[in-house]
Amino acid sequence: MVVADPKVTAPGSRHGEVPEHEIRTALVIRVAGEAGEGIKKPGELLIQAAARAGFEVLTDFAPPSEIKGGVSFFQIRLSSRRLHTRGDSPDVLLCFNQEAFEVNIQELVPGGLLIYDPEKVTPRDTSSYRLLAFPLEQIASKELRMPIVKNVVALGGMAALFQLDSAVLYDLIRELWERKGDAVVQTNFKALEAGIKYVQDHVSSADLERFHVLPHAPEKNRMVVSGNTATALGAVAGGCNFFAGYPITPATDVMEILAGALPKVGGTLVQAEDEIAALGMVIGASYGGKKAMTSTSGPGISLMVETLGLATMSETACVIVDAQRAGPSTGMPTRHEQGDLYLCVHGGHGEVPRIVLAATSVEDCFYLTVTAFNLAEKYQTPVIFMSDTVVCVRSESIPMPDLASLQIENRLTWTPPAEGATAFGENEGAYKRYAMTETGISPVAIPGTPGGQYVGMGLEHNERGRHRPDPRTHTQMTEKRFRKMEHAVTDAPEPVTHGDPDADIAIVTWGSTAGVAIEAIDLLAAEGISACLVAPKMISPLPRHQLVAAMGKKHVIIPEVNFRGQFADMVQASFPREVTRINVYGGRPMLVCHLVDAIRDVAQGRQGTGRVVLNPIIGDLDKLVTPDDLIAPLERH
Amino acid sequence: MTVDLPVRHYELDDYKSDEKPTWCPGCGDFGVLNAVYRAMRTRNFAPHEVVAVSGIGCSSRIPYFISTYGFHSVHGRATPVATGVHVARPDLKTLVFSGDGDAFAIGAGHVVHAMRRNLDLTYVIMDNAIYGLTKGQTSPTSGIGFHTATTPSGNPEQALNPLALAITCGATFVARGFSAEPAKLADLILEGLDHKGFSFIDVYSPCPTFNKVNTFKTYKDEVDWLPSDYDASNAANALAHATSEDKRYLGVFLRREAPTYAEQVHKAHTGTEADRAKVLGGMFKRYS
Ligand SMILES: Cc1ncc(C[n+]2csc(CCOP(=O)(O)OP(=O)(O)O)c2C)c(N)n1
Ligand code: SF4
Ligand SMILES: [Mg+2]
Repeated sequence: MVVADPKVTAPGSRHGEVPEHEIRTALVIRVAGEAGEGIKKPGELLIQAAARAGFEVLTDFAPPSEIKGGVSFFQIRLSSRRLHTRGDSPDVLLCFNQEAFEVNIQELVPGGLLIYDPEKVTPRDTSSYRLLAFPLEQIASKELRMPIVKNVVALGGMAALFQLDSAVLYDLIRELWERKGDAVVQTNFKALEAGIKYVQDHVSSADLERFHVLPHAPEKNRMVVSGNTATALGAVAGGCNFFAGYPITPATDVMEILAGALPKVGGTLVQAEDEIAALGMVIGASYGGKKAMTSTSGPGISLMVETLGLATMSETACVIVDAQRAGPSTGMPTRHEQGDLYLCVHGGHGEVPRIVLAATSVEDCFYLTVTAFNLAEKYQTPVIFMSDTVVCVRSESIPMPDLASLQIENRLTWTPPAEGATAFGENEGAYKRYAMTETGISPVAIPGTPGGQYVGMGLEHNERGRHRPDPRTHTQMTEKRFRKMEHAVTDAPEPVTHGDPDADIAIVTWGSTAGVAIEAIDLLAAEGISACLVAPKMISPLPRHQLVAAMGKKHVIIPEVNFRGQFADMVQASFPREVTRINVYGGRPMLVCHLVDAIRDVAQGRQGTGRVVLNPIIGDLDKLVTPDDLIAPLERH
Repeated sequence: MTVDLPVRHYELDDYKSDEKPTWCPGCGDFGVLNAVYRAMRTRNFAPHEVVAVSGIGCSSRIPYFISTYGFHSVHGRATPVATGVHVARPDLKTLVFSGDGDAFAIGAGHVVHAMRRNLDLTYVIMDNAIYGLTKGQTSPTSGIGFHTATTPSGNPEQALNPLALAITCGATFVARGFSAEPAKLADLILEGLDHKGFSFIDVYSPCPTFNKVNTFKTYKDEVDWLPSDYDASNAANALAHATSEDKRYLGVFLRREAPTYAEQVHKAHTGTEADRAKVLGGMFKRYS
C-alpha cells in the first residue's frame, strides 16, 4: 500500500481539530503490535530516556493473551507534572499491524496522530485523526537488512517526534546491548538514527510543535520502576531475608526480582509447591527469626486463607502481597479489579484480625512494603499488602528512596533473665510466649534462645502456649489479638488527600483508583467544581480518624473497581450514612473522564445517593473490538 | 541470642515438658515419644537448639510433650512450616511429626516436595492407619475393605505405601519402626537425625481406641526386621523390600548421600546482611 503524502496530514475531523495547546502538559503515546514484536523493551528504553530528560512518566502495559501473537500494547504518558493515571486515551498511536490498528483505533483521541507501517496497516475511517505513514518494515529489512531492529527504528521515530535528547538513547542502547558485542550495538545505533531521520525528514516543525511537551528540569536520583519492582525493592529495604512463593500473574515479578536480590544479602527464596506451602514456609521462617514474605494474586490468597489464620493465632509476623487481578476463580489474569478486599480483610474462619494495607501508586508499593514489614514485626501479625494490576504493572518515575530516612522495626524479643541464663529445666515456666500485656504484644523468644522454648500454635492457648479451650482463655486471647489492632491503627500511614478541604463533595476511595480521583478533582477544579479526596493506605483496621472529616461532607462519593462496592460497605459500616457509590467492573481501570462526569452529576444535583455503574470502556460497547475477542484464549496465568 | 553455657549433660527428664500427654492409655504414640526422648538424650541435644514441628492429629500433639521449641501448625502443613524453620535456621535440629492422614492425605502434596528437595529434616510419621483425632475414619494407609463409619461397606481404596513413596520421591534416608520397640525406634530416629538430608521414618503406632484391625498384636505377628546382610544403598532393593507382600519389614531401607537443599541454597549466597544497603543502592541505580 502506498500513501501519497507521508507527512502528518490533518483531515477535517468530525470532532474538530485537537485544540492547539500553547504548551502541552501531558502526552499519551500508545505503541501497539504483536506480542512477538517485542514492543516492551523499546518502550522501556523510551521511558527511561524520557525520565532522564526530566519528564514525569507513567506507563501501562497490556500484555497479550498469548505468548507470541495477539495484540499487546505499551502506553506511555509524559508530563512535566506528577501523573496519577496512564491517561484515558492516547494522543499518538503507533500500530505495527492491522490487528493492532483494529483494536486500538477507537481509543485514539479525536484529532490524534496515527503512526503506522504502510506495508502492514491500511487505515480506515481516517477523517477523525491525523496520519503519519512510517515504513518501519522497509527501513529495517531493505535499508538496514535487519528486520529484527524494526522496534528500534520505531523508537528513534518516537524520540524525534517528542524531541527527546537522542544522546540518552544512545547511552541506554549501549548499556542494554553491550554484552552482545559491538556489532549489535552499532546495528541498533543505525536503526535508531534511521528512525530519527525519517521523522525529521517527513514531519514539519509545526506538526512537531503540536506534540511537544515540556519536561521539568532534569532531576537527579529518580528511577523508573513498576509497582512490582518497587514492592521487591521495598521488601529488601524492609529487611526481608526469606521469601517463599508460587508464580502467578500479575505478582510473579516480585518473586523473580527477589530471587536475584535475596542471595546477595544472605537471604533465601524458596519456590514452593503451592501457595499453602508458601505461607507455611513463611510462618516457619518467621518463627525461626527471619523477616519473611510471600507474594501472590487472588487465587493464591484464597488458598492461603487457613494458613493466614494460623499466622494470626500463633502471632507470627509475616508479609503477604496480593497483586489483585480480575474476576473470581481464574478470572482474567491480566486484567484489573479491586475485588479482593473482603477476602483480604475478612477471609478465614473464626475471628481473625490482621492488618491490610493498599497501595495507591508505585511509590506506595515501595514505602508500604517497608511499612508492612514494620507493622508485622511490631504487632507480630500477618500483614497483607494489596496492590492491583494497575499499580503493579505500570511503571512510574519516582524519587529514589532515601534509605537513611527509613525507620526499621524489629520484633520485641524475649531474652533470658540475666543471672542464671539457663537452659530449659531449672526455670521452666518462666517464659510466657503469649503473655498478657496492655498492647497485646508479647515478647517472643527466637529458637536457639535458652529457656525460651515454647510451642507456636493454632490451637487456642493460655499465656504459656498450652491448649486451653475454656471460655476465660478464649475471651482473653481474642481480646488480646484484637487489642493489637486497636494499637496498630494509630500507626496507620498518612492517607492520600487532595483537592479543596472545604469542598462539599468528598471522594473516599482506595488503591489505584485514588490516582483516578486526583486527576478527576483537578479537571473539575478547572470547571469550578470543587471536591476533596481521602484514600487511606491502611484498610484494616480502618483508620476512622482519617475519614471523619470526609464522611461529614454533604456528598460522599466512593468510586472503586468492583461490583459490590466492597470498600463502600466497610466505610458505611463504620460511618452509617448515605453515599454515592461508583462502580466499574469490566476488568479495566476506571477512566478519569467517567469519574469526572459522575462527580459533576452529583455536584449539579443530577445524581443523588445510591449506585452508579460506569461503562467500563470508551466508545460503543457493541462496536468495540477488544484484543480478547480476537485472539485464542491461551493466557499466561 | 546465643548465650555461652557450660556444656551440660541432659537427662531423659530434661526433654519432658510439664505438659502430660493427653493420649488414650495404650496409644502407640507414647512409644514414639519415648524413642524421641531417648534419641535426643543419646546425642545430648540442648533442648533450645531443637524444633519439633507438627500438623494436626492425635500424633501431632507431640511437640507439647517435648521441652524443645515447637510448632503445632495446621492439618497437613507440617512439612512446609518445618521447611521454613529449617531453611531459615539450618543451625537448629528440626524434627517433623505427622499422622498418616496429616502426611499422606491432606499433606501429601507437600511431603513429596519436601523429600524431593532433600531438606535436612527428620520426619517421623506416626502411622496408625486411621484418623484418630476425628474418632476413627479410614486413612490413606488403611487397607482395602477396612470398615469405619465413613466406609461402612469396606474401604474401596487401596492403601498407600509410605516407604515406596519416600524411596521414589527422593528421600535419602528411609526407615520403618514400630512403637512397641522404642529402643530400636530410638536408634532409627537417632540415625535419621544424624543423616544429612531428608530422613523419612514411618512408624507403626497403633490406635487401640479406633483401629481394631491394625493392632499391636497384628503388627507383632506381621513385622520382621530387615536381614542383617540387607544392602540399604540400593534403591531398587529398597523398593522390593518396601513392597514385599509377605512381610512388613522394619529397619533402614535406604541410605544415600545427596546434596541437601540448604547446602545448595547457601552456596548461592553471594553476600550477607551487611551488604543490604549496598545491594539496594545498586538496584536503585539500575532503574535510574
Ligand atoms: C483442614 C482440616 N480438615 C479437617 C480437620 C479435621 N482433622 C483433624 S485431625 C484429622 C485426621 C487425623 O488423622 P491422622 O493425621 O492420621 O492423625 P492421628 O489423629 O491418627 O494421629 C482430621 C481429618 C482439620 N483439623 N483441618
Ligand atoms: S484416639 Fe487413637 S491415636 Fe488418638 S490418642 Fe487415642 S489411641 Fe492414640
Ligand atoms: Mg492416623
